[in-house]
Amino acid sequence: MLLYSFATIYTCYLAFKSLSHGPTWNALFWLINLFAAINTVAKSFMLDSRGKQLYHFSIFKAEVFLLGRMIYNILLMNVISFITLFFFLMLLGNPVQDLPSFIIVMILGSTCFGAILTLVSSMASKTKGNLGIMAVLSFPMLLPSLMTIIKASKNALDGLDPSVSYAYWLILIMLNIVVAALGFLLFPYLWRD
Amino acid sequence: MMKISWWKWLSVALVLYTIIMGFTMKVPALPILHETIRNLYFHVTMWFAMILILLGSVVYSIRFLYSGNILFDIKASETANVGIILGLLGIATGAVWAKSTWGAWWANDAKLNGAAVTLLFYFAYLILRNSIEDVEKRGRISAVYNIFSYVMLIVFLMILPRMTDSLHPGNGGNPGFGGYDLDSTMKVVFYPAIIGWTLFGCWMADLRIRLTKLKLLQENILENGKS
Repeated sequence: MLLYSFATIYTCYLAFKSLSHGPTWNALFWLINLFAAINTVAKSFMLDSRGKQLYHFSIFKAEVFLLGRMIYNILLMNVISFITLFFFLMLLGNPVQDLPSFIIVMILGSTCFGAILTLVSSMASKTKGNLGIMAVLSFPMLLPSLMTIIKASKNALDGLDPSVSYAYWLILIMLNIVVAALGFLLFPYLWRD
Repeated sequence: MMKISWWKWLSVALVLYTIIMGFTMKVPALPILHETIRNLYFHVTMWFAMILILLGSVVYSIRFLYSGNILFDIKASETANVGIILGLLGIATGAVWAKSTWGAWWANDAKLNGAAVTLLFYFAYLILRNSIEDVEKRGRISAVYNIFSYVMLIVFLMILPRMTDSLHPGNGGNPGFGGYDLDSTMKVVFYPAIIGWTLFGCWMADLRIRLTKLKLLQENILENGKS
């Protein structure tokens, strides 16, 4: 996974040399993060063998299992986004003027990605054409959060006062809560086979 | 001869009423909008009908999750299909309206993006349904996705556009069309139109549900008499 994001960023580095144009830097950063997220989290349910699934099913309650997977994926996403950020700053230059708010947006955003993709992955693992379905199902879910994230992080990039983007942060937190709540209500139905 | 329920007659009457009155009745004369204000009877009411019909679809999905009765799954998916058709019509009528008032078919706008994302959700729902063979499993997973889609639809069509700037009437500080309708003459057509399109959509869904039921009976997936 690390290699994946590093390879992508290095390719970008070779293609662009240095990116001083803020919006492009921002969009590229989030796209790489997004694809890394889809590739990583998609595996979370798909790699489970049938026997392992049954074993989990017999010893865990659905909610506990979902919570575990969600926390793990959220942490994983956060780690990946920090590493991506590190490589970005190192290779492509640093147009970010307000790094603390950028990092806050990044944490909220990766949490969003992690939570949404955990659920989508559990749905997609039940179908046949796994990875394709994963992309189809997750894109509409991720698009709105992605738009919000890009707007909020653009504000941070331009060094605007954080109070300008409080509304966006709020939207991201709300999205997280909605997704988590729906997940807990509905996951028991997804799980039993 | 087959008996046709009263509400089907009512839907035909209301839709005809909407079309005839919608094109002929006097509307408030306003700058920029001019006659395009008549789109209120079609675009807005179709989206209202879509939201109502998709709500019905979600209710069926929830009932399916509780009962496990395949019939509810059929109802949920067919009502969602009708909702998608109404949504596409709504986008088309909206684009025509936007062309003559904003000067472009499409704009990068919170409300419009929300509408596009919503339709993507429901297309994904259709693809999801096609990719699972087992009827019972398909029902459960698509029901969950359907509930998700609807919650997101409410968020993206009702909540987000109101929080950010939007060109669309009724959002981001713009007055809705109710604000232009000074003497409430438009309401005479507006409300019947919503009911008319909704009932018409229900009729379409009803036909599709019966068709699917017959197909499943033929394949012996649905037991006879269980409805």
